[in-house]
Amino acid sequence: MIGIEHYLVVGAILFVLGMSGIFLHRKNLIFILMSFELILLAVIINLVAFSTFWNDLAGQVFAVFVLIVAAAQTAIGLVILLCFLRKPGVINVDDINVMKG
Amino acid sequence: MTVADFAFYIIAVSTVTGGVFTVVSKDPVQSVIWLVLTFSSAAGLFILLGAEFVAVLMIVVYVGAVAVMFIGVVRIIDVDFNLSKHKPLKHFRLALLIGVILLFELALVLGVWYMSQNAEISVRPEMNDVQNNSATGSIIYDNYAYLIYACGLILLVAGVGSIVLTRRRHAGGNRQNVAAQMHRDPAGTKGIINLKQGQGL
Repeated sequence: MIGIEHYLVVGAILFVLGMSGIFLHRKNLIFILMSFELILLAVIINLVAFSTFWNDLAGQVFAVFVLIVAAAQTAIGLVILLCFLRKPGVINVDDINVMKG
Repeated sequence: MTVADFAFYIIAVSTVTGGVFTVVSKDPVQSVIWLVLTFSSAAGLFILLGAEFVAVLMIVVYVGAVAVMFIGVVRIIDVDFNLSKHKPLKHFRLALLIGVILLFELALVLGVWYMSQNAEISVRPEMNDVQNNSATGSIIYDNYAYLIYACGLILLVAGVGSIVLTRRRHAGGNRQNVAAQMHRDPAGTKGIINLKQGQGL
């Protein structure tokens, strides 16, 4: 029988993968954004699992909210990346302060 | 082991595999495609959990919009990632250490948690009577209407912000300069050139 713990373990593994992905590619903004998507996916899995196993639909509603905010965040992040890359070169987070002013 | 259990294990392994290769892969395009696998498998998990609305939203928003946006940006910018020189995986040991520590902490939490006796469940529809879509929709618009308005505002700000950030600013601004257009002299701008056949300008 699949209990809530199985889903929580999947969510925990995805969270840890996203977290270590940020440290693995800490110079590369695209990979950091994708790792952040993994972290938010783990959050959504936890919300939906708790929502189902306690028969409380508010968790699924908040999963929808997390999804909306994640989509907006990804759009803004990619746009900042595009702005940043008008300067020629590699995507290096250390050089991101050339955008100031 | 029932069919649902078997399906859970298959889909969970697929989700975790997609996550691992999203993080480990060096090519961003491959990484995005592994991310698509992760999101599709997560949609399968949500269907197993009975949350069909979130599952469909997962496919539509993530696979349909976010992953395509990632691939589009990766292909547009055409950055020389120069994999051999920059060595993106040089922090592998640090990432592994942090991952193991986090997993250990989460395992500690997972071992001993229990639900508080005082916790009260706020929204409890009869999930057997109503379909998941209509139940979720009525809860969103009955109980969380202002939050969904706030989400719409967030999306509006994101859309306007992305347009503002990518707008190219010219020296004189983007306005139409009517006076310059009116005072343009046609004699200096157009003329007739006789070209001989087979020759260029």
